[in-house]
Amino acid sequence: MANEVLTGAQAIVRSLELLGVTDIFGLPGGAILPTYDPLMDSTKIRHILVRHEQGAGHAAEGYASSSGKLGVCIATSGPGATNLVTAIADAHMDSVPLLAITGQVNSASIGTDAFQEADIVGITMPITKHSFLVTKAEDIPATIAAAVLIATTGRPGPVLVDIAKDAQINKAEFIWPPKVDLPGYKPVTKPHGKQIQAAAQLIKEAKRPVLYIGGGIIRSRANLELLELAKIIGAPVVTTLMARGAFPDSDPQNLGMPGMHGTVPAVTALQRSDLLITLGARFDDRVTGQVKTFAVGAKVIHVDIDPAEIGKIRFADVPIVGDLKEVLTELNAELSNDLKGTKPDIAEWWSFLNDLRTRYPLGYTEPEDGKLSPQFVISRIGELSGPEAVFAAGVGQHQMWSAQFIKYERPNSWLNSGGAGTMGYAVPAAMGAKVAQPERLVWAIDGDGCFQMTNQELATCTLNNIPIKVAIINNSSLGMVRQWQTLFYNSRYSNTDLNTGTDTVMVPDFVKLAEAYGCLGIRVEKVEEVDAAIKLAMETNDRPVVIDFIVGRDAMVWPMVPAGLSNDAVQFARDERPVWEEGEEE
Amino acid sequence: MSQHVLSLLVEDRPGLLTRVAGLFARRGFNIESLAVGTTEVEGLSRITVVVSVEGLPLEQVTKQLNKLINVIKVVELEPETTVERDHMLIKVRTDAATRSQVLEAVTLFRARVIDVASDALIIEVTGETAKCQAFIKVLEPFGIKELVQSGVLAIGRGSKSITEKILKQ
Repeated sequence: MANEVLTGAQAIVRSLELLGVTDIFGLPGGAILPTYDPLMDSTKIRHILVRHEQGAGHAAEGYASSSGKLGVCIATSGPGATNLVTAIADAHMDSVPLLAITGQVNSASIGTDAFQEADIVGITMPITKHSFLVTKAEDIPATIAAAVLIATTGRPGPVLVDIAKDAQINKAEFIWPPKVDLPGYKPVTKPHGKQIQAAAQLIKEAKRPVLYIGGGIIRSRANLELLELAKIIGAPVVTTLMARGAFPDSDPQNLGMPGMHGTVPAVTALQRSDLLITLGARFDDRVTGQVKTFAVGAKVIHVDIDPAEIGKIRFADVPIVGDLKEVLTELNAELSNDLKGTKPDIAEWWSFLNDLRTRYPLGYTEPEDGKLSPQFVISRIGELSGPEAVFAAGVGQHQMWSAQFIKYERPNSWLNSGGAGTMGYAVPAAMGAKVAQPERLVWAIDGDGCFQMTNQELATCTLNNIPIKVAIINNSSLGMVRQWQTLFYNSRYSNTDLNTGTDTVMVPDFVKLAEAYGCLGIRVEKVEEVDAAIKLAMETNDRPVVIDFIVGRDAMVWPMVPAGLSNDAVQFARDERPVWEEGEEE
Repeated sequence: MSQHVLSLLVEDRPGLLTRVAGLFARRGFNIESLAVGTTEVEGLSRITVVVSVEGLPLEQVTKQLNKLINVIKVVELEPETTVERDHMLIKVRTDAATRSQVLEAVTLFRARVIDVASDALIIEVTGETAKCQAFIKVLEPFGIKELVQSGVLAIGRGSKSITEKILKQ
């Protein structure tokens, strides 16, 4: 049978359909116009028209991070493509499987500074897992298939496919499945047996082990294997910002989040450990603090699917390259066999950590200005919504409080911009999550600064029946920057005042803005209004909801390890450092 | 700082050199020399790169290079099992008085004259980097007008072949 002849544009849509893509976020323009024509006829793919390409990128990220599926975004050449750059960089830092398709000017015009021409492959080279420039229609199916394979396997990441306009218009035989030829791409998923034995040996000998869990557990869908490992060895667990939800917060072995704003028990557990069982984490500076004083007495088992992460920051005594699901399955079998139901004796370690837990629980003080406490608001959102909801945060204080005060019980329920720290992530990411999982309650917990970067996507939500809930933790300022100014710049508040609070000129008025976008807008200023507003938001599903929570601006995120200092300098409140038990101070 | 010779077998794709060079720049590794060319296998190119690093980061650079999708294989070539050659073209000032001295140096270094003008010679020289550098030192007093060099080319001794090994897999 002769193969069907399709235009390149039709081949793009057909390839995506055949690869199982059902939702795309994008915005058309000149160089991608040919593709938007057959896209209109696709019955398998829902295209959601965003208001800014960055929104498309973060929506695709939220879609991917909440569901584990590939996220897809599409934009035109030049500024359309460059508007995707922040989202692509974000996906690269947080290992999000993302396919970005961009139109490019006609192949004959490439390199002539044509209208809306930008070398987007060149621009994104450092922030993509890989990228392709396609100038021939016949190359489209194989390129899209290769891009999806690369984005979703190994360590996931963003892949950009830039397609010249003439390649979209020209016709070629459509051959499926195409031959995907990637001789240089062979991710290792199966661990080395000897390394598994070596890891098991260290675990059995350790007196102060810690399971240091990163986002890799979630990307590898290895949360159940992790739970099993934790039960076999009984060790404490710390879940990094990217790993919140990888291990249930309700489990008594979970000490919470480590790092700059981690809990005292989690930070201290890493510092005093004699064995870091590092699973899909990458020793980020926000976790380690000053590297040379980080966990100095610990040996390291480091498991990652990306060999380049192992030994990048910290020497690994037992390096294991592999997919966490496979690694943990083998490690659990090895340990079960060795331990035969017994557990390593780490009672002394637990008594030290439990004491810290009792003395330094997460907490906060009520704001002195009589306004709402942001931590209280966020706690109530978490408690009323429950563990089946999805929470997407922006970047800053509200992000840290959301990581600290919401209890996560399942992977993919916490979405945030961890590595890149992209303000403006929350609203579009929540939109993407709601598209991926329409049955779930999806919150964007945002700051007043972040919200003003991407709130235009509320129009997309309203018009496409994507009823997300947005909680603006409105402290009328760039709160985290303000916190640093308070602590390190003598309270000189240079350019951090946003004037969105009720006692300011209130530009913009978020309730009016919400209403202008067709959302339900609610303002909350008093404690007794908090629960009612959250419940009303949860009950309202005919349109998006925006709650403007007016909170105290002097609230700070604690505990804190000041940037660049050793984790030993953790403060659980301003100028208050934990007191170690006698004999524990070195 | 120590120097290492890395040999990269890569797919011959547009932008490949940018990906490799960009990676070195981005991760803070210094390229001392770079030589690129096609191989005996169509579609495959070989890059020989001399890089200056401390002990540990070399592992990091090879791992990062391996992550590039179009890079098929990265091998560090150890000096004792490797043949290394540099190739240079040197335009040196000569006149009736100095020409014979220059030609004597050419003979001593087993170089070759490939172009003659009344006031200059173009000389080609091939050899290990140290030999080429020594030759330049000898020519310098006469006046080097122009110098181009290939960058180090390196290949493992013996019958083993990186490409054959890859193609078998």
